[in-house]
Amino acid sequence: MITSNRVRWHLGRVISRQFETGSAVRLELAVPTWPGNDAGAHLDIRLTAPGGYQASRSYSLASSGESTRVVLVVQELPGGEVSPFLVRQLAEGEEVEVQGPLGRFFVWIPAEPEQSPVQLIAGGSGVVPLFSMASARERELKGAEFRLLYSVRSPRDEFFADELAELSRTVVEIVYTRESAPGAGRPPGRLTREALAASTFPASLSPRIFVCGPTSFVEAVAGWLVELGHDPTQIRTERFGGSR
Amino acid sequence: MTVINSGFGGRGGSSDPRLPPGQTHVYDWPVLSTGPTPNVDESRWSFTITTEDQVAHRWNWSELQEVGVEDIVTDIHCVTHWSKLDMAWRGVPIDRLFEDVETSYDYVMVRSYGGYTTNLPLEDLLDGQAWVATEAEGEPLRPEHGGPARLLVPHLYFWKSAKWVRGMEMMPSDDPGFWEQNGYHLRGDPWREERYW
Amino acid sequence: MTHVDGNALAGAFATALGIEITVTVGRCRGCGSSFNLACAHVFITAMGAVMRCGHCQAVLGVIVRGFRETLVNLSGLDYIRVPRL
Repeated sequence: MITSNRVRWHLGRVISRQFETGSAVRLELAVPTWPGNDAGAHLDIRLTAPGGYQASRSYSLASSGESTRVVLVVQELPGGEVSPFLVRQLAEGEEVEVQGPLGRFFVWIPAEPEQSPVQLIAGGSGVVPLFSMASARERELKGAEFRLLYSVRSPRDEFFADELAELSRTVVEIVYTRESAPGAGRPPGRLTREALAASTFPASLSPRIFVCGPTSFVEAVAGWLVELGHDPTQIRTERFGGSR
Repeated sequence: MTVINSGFGGRGGSSDPRLPPGQTHVYDWPVLSTGPTPNVDESRWSFTITTEDQVAHRWNWSELQEVGVEDIVTDIHCVTHWSKLDMAWRGVPIDRLFEDVETSYDYVMVRSYGGYTTNLPLEDLLDGQAWVATEAEGEPLRPEHGGPARLLVPHLYFWKSAKWVRGMEMMPSDDPGFWEQNGYHLRGDPWREERYW
Repeated sequence: MTHVDGNALAGAFATALGIEITVTVGRCRGCGSSFNLACAHVFITAMGAVMRCGHCQAVLGVIVRGFRETLVNLSGLDYIRVPRL
């Protein structure tokens, strides 16, 4: 999929919007000039207020492939400048300017032959680009073994709950940190190094690892992975910040 | 492209004659940092004014308090378009700190823990225009807002009010500090919208 | 305020310089370490973005979006190596 397409600004139109959780919206945009994107890529959305003031923010894509329809999930940050508008006001049929596809480091591309397994580790809204990778894997008949470890506050905060449950080529494990599902076997609690070790491919299998989420989550997990013997060059990270 | 998102208004705000051009009145206090928050304990903190004779005037935390802390109520204006009106601060007037300082230089490089710098004419720091501030909104200044002490120069854009201030160095010319080297105006007067070069 | 990483500057560098920062390697002038700039520590503020070396915290670069131009300061990097894609 990687081509030498030059990154540029495109015009997108909101085809659909639906609440993913109480504070996050799943947006589907039609972007006629979109060249397609790899799994894990992101785009920048730029908003222009009637007076000319502009602000832009980056959002990971949940979709990948050649389609000119792109899907993203935006988490509302209280007091944020852009996310509250996208989550609460951006309407179906409305146009937005988007720049992309962006990012060639934090991407997964199906390749033959796949030897080493792929471990995805998501913290909160960091699940978006990792879901994109798992979805891309789902479209391949053969390929690497995939696991996704998804740390999230509660079932109410989960993104892609239905889709994750239906994945057949990625083993998904969800860790609830504040509140579990009713009848769950394990009490809620923050991810620990031991739990991480128990739920991920061991270092002996030399997995390629993608970690995405808030900076503090990514730094803690990356540190543990190295302590557990994983090769740092096999770990790719993407840190999300609060400025959304 | 001429896409306008009609419901989008940045952080919103109303028009007010006390607001300089291009500013919006906000009620929260956004945090902006160019690097990790320095962790400076009051026991290790000091503030030093250095002149061209290499004379260093230095205060530790208790010495700073002894100079005399006063109450200030002022408006602050960030170049990123937000302003807070009638904000309460407490701090030591820079005038008091310069009382015994002898210098023929007219400009100051302000230096902070963590490496941040900003430049100012000395005359913008004197005559009741600036303080080393230790409290904001009724409580000790928090690290993310520049605590334990920051410079407060409210008549200029707020990037001049250097967080985690550690000292001032007299200089003969108005050499640019961090943001001033990277596209921002050398002086930064909000009433003349002096934002960029 | 915490940092993010170079991935967050992909759009800014693509617009200003037409390069893909997430596969660009740079060498820190402060400590000499070379790394993919996707891994740089990035502090995004409304005033501008500051890129710092993950090893020594030295400032690698600054991006400021002004009224009609974008300032790109990469003086904290000895060089950048941009793959021809």
